[in-house]
Amino acid sequence: MIRDGHDSVIVRRSGQFLIPLIQLFGLYVLFFGQYGPGGGFVGGVMLGAGLIGGLLIFGSEARSSAISERILDGDGLGLLIFAGLGGLCLIGGGEFLNYANLQIPGLEEPSRRHLGIIVTQIGVALDITVAAVSIVFSLASVGEQEDD
Amino acid sequence: MTYSFELPLLILLILTAGGAIIVKDLLSAVLILGSYSFFLALVWAWLGAVDVAFVEAVVGAGLATVFFLLTLFNTALKDTIIYRPPPPWSAVLALPALGLLLLYAADDLPAFGDPMSPASTHVAPFYLENALADTETPNVVTAVLMDYRALDTMLETAVIFTSGIACWLVLRRKHT
Repeated sequence: MIRDGHDSVIVRRSGQFLIPLIQLFGLYVLFFGQYGPGGGFVGGVMLGAGLIGGLLIFGSEARSSAISERILDGDGLGLLIFAGLGGLCLIGGGEFLNYANLQIPGLEEPSRRHLGIIVTQIGVALDITVAAVSIVFSLASVGEQEDD
Repeated sequence: MTYSFELPLLILLILTAGGAIIVKDLLSAVLILGSYSFFLALVWAWLGAVDVAFVEAVVGAGLATVFFLLTLFNTALKDTIIYRPPPPWSAVLALPALGLLLLYAADDLPAFGDPMSPASTHVAPFYLENALADTETPNVVTAVLMDYRALDTMLETAVIFTSGIACWLVLRRKHT
């Protein structure tokens, strides 16, 4: 179903304009989450929504949708980043996910926590983006069974 | 307290929630559910929970609608098979009574924004006082989610990862 995309010129043109805007806003929300509303969850969903919009408008065979298929290889990477950072805290000699124990020279304890929050938010966003795109591919593959 | 736009908002919330259940056309039901999520996001923003409003608007009105629509296109757009029997008399009598009981109980809830309510006297003051000094993060919600309560957030991330994997296992037939 999502193989061919949408054939309306209006939808395609507005998609070309809107999808980069959504992605940019998603990145902004992701990295601005420490200073205002937002964060990894919303930023990740927005990045995923941009990719899904590209899939639905231009079709999964289009060149611009290649990144959506490639991103499925990163399944579990976000969770690995999150849990891996917790493991690094363990190696640093403290509790799991206590970012103050990250052994980074030249950084005070609050700065280490700041860095830990940024890294875990990137992990959450990656995890959610991949999960959203993966679910869309799974749902779309149901209708394609009969073609084979 | 003025009810200039809160009351219409709550009425619209109830109307859209009821409409999504009652309407026969499933496509309309999905779209009404999306508008319900939008109104719910407005209610969250009105209550001051901007982060929750953000998530509700993006996930509830955007992503969930796309998932529902993709599911619908693989099944039937019209709800023609499901027959809804009229509700039994016991439900008609018991549910309003339960509603009255809940309204009576809601009278004992602490007032909105009450500084002496249990929710704002336990650990919330500690977070509000120490979050900026501890983590250099002005948004306290992010500091609590990602640092003080990072283990909870990690398990939530695991839940989302599991949902993606489960959809793949159940629905995917061929390797792409």
